[in-house]
Amino acid sequence: MSRILTRRRVIITGFGMAGAAGVPAAARLASRYGLIPPDPGGIYGVGETLTYASQRLLLSRNSLAREFDRSQISKVFPVNGPPPENGVYERHMARGFRDWRLQVDGLVARAASFSLADLKGFPARTQITHQACEEGWSFIAEWTGAPLSYVLNLVGVRPEAKYVVFFPFDTNWDSLDMPDAWHPQTLLAYGMNGQELPTPHGAPVRLRVPRQLGYKSVKYLASIKVVDSLKNIGNGLGSISPEIGYSWYAGI
Amino acid sequence: MADSAQAAGVPAEAKAVGSPRHSALIRVTHWITALGFLALLVSGIAILLAHPRLYWGETGGVGTPSLLDLPLPFVLTGQSGWGRYLHFLSAWVCVWTGLIYVLCGLITGHFRRNFLPARSDLSRHYNLFQGLTYLVVVFVLFPLMIWTGLAMSPAITSVFPQAVTIFGGQQSARTIHFVITNLLVLFLAIHLIKIVASDFTNRMRAMIMGKERA
Repeated sequence: MSRILTRRRVIITGFGMAGAAGVPAAARLASRYGLIPPDPGGIYGVGETLTYASQRLLLSRNSLAREFDRSQISKVFPVNGPPPENGVYERHMARGFRDWRLQVDGLVARAASFSLADLKGFPARTQITHQACEEGWSFIAEWTGAPLSYVLNLVGVRPEAKYVVFFPFDTNWDSLDMPDAWHPQTLLAYGMNGQELPTPHGAPVRLRVPRQLGYKSVKYLASIKVVDSLKNIGNGLGSISPEIGYSWYAGI
Repeated sequence: MADSAQAAGVPAEAKAVGSPRHSALIRVTHWITALGFLALLVSGIAILLAHPRLYWGETGGVGTPSLLDLPLPFVLTGQSGWGRYLHFLSAWVCVWTGLIYVLCGLITGHFRRNFLPARSDLSRHYNLFQGLTYLVVVFVLFPLMIWTGLAMSPAITSVFPQAVTIFGGQQSARTIHFVITNLLVLFLAIHLIKIVASDFTNRMRAMIMGKERA
């Protein structure tokens, strides 16, 4: 009896000590390999971190979201929320986004800004993908745009870059880690179903990130910033979403 | 457990009658799963309330034909936020607990001994229907729950598209996820009724402390 108890105590103490030493070491290692999301705090952060880390570890970084046939394009394309209600955006819209420019700066070799015509002049990608809202509804649409990776290559991303941050004309800013930023299906989309991107869907240009839920596909883009830390942007959680109770990573 | 029972002076025959005895592993995994399932259910309802309508196929939304309109209000005031956080946290808890339970159950022969129908129906603790029900819950319903859950993830299906196409689409997976939830709740209801109806105190003692009153 006493022998078993002793052994048990040894095992428990051993695990306890290994755990106490292992957790900070594992956290440092995970952080180094980009396995900790920007919003890992609190009890719910444990689940978020497990999901993000396991997907980044186990799933291929270049796997393509499912693409569909033209015949599968939906007939209804619901949207959540109205276009930005501010003077700057409304003036751009009134002028057909002729003077709109997408500023791209931060940790890049050559900060630049691009007009809508510039973006349309870049090699385009068209993809028919599924977009699901976290609420439960979904639709399939065809999107046309410039791959974000093409624009990132133009401006020359510096090696210390860890995130790309997207600022729209409204408050719904967000960010992507580098695997999703460089992903071939991540588009700066200006076309939808063969037409100009309709205003409710984010005109003139929106992000499309088909490996994540709809709310990551930021609409009404105004500027893009490449950063090595999200600490000083908003509440430092990488997106407006965690500030209003939703997770930064939406690949689920 | 058998050794410790005899060491504690319990006659061997006492084990064969009355409430089943449960190993520490089964008791711990049972209660963690019970808590996790409750959290999944509550948070799942919070998520469902954002869009209490079910579809078949790949897509669906307001303005498209639905399979089932639940008589529930659309609650769009952010209840799905904490719902989603709690849902995925408790899913992790349940998946790990379930894996440990199933692996240990296979190694120790728990499923074979206690749930598989015995040749001469001499299974001590459960009748044929009960045993099969537990097996279906553990090996069919819970795995399907995990599968249909993962089939709604655009990141997962980018790697394993068949995970969702086999169900006919993302909305079908969501609908099946909901249907299995109902089956699991039905199982839970019968499970609870049977415990209350048989011998509540002893059944609870058995699942908490591992032994029934002598």
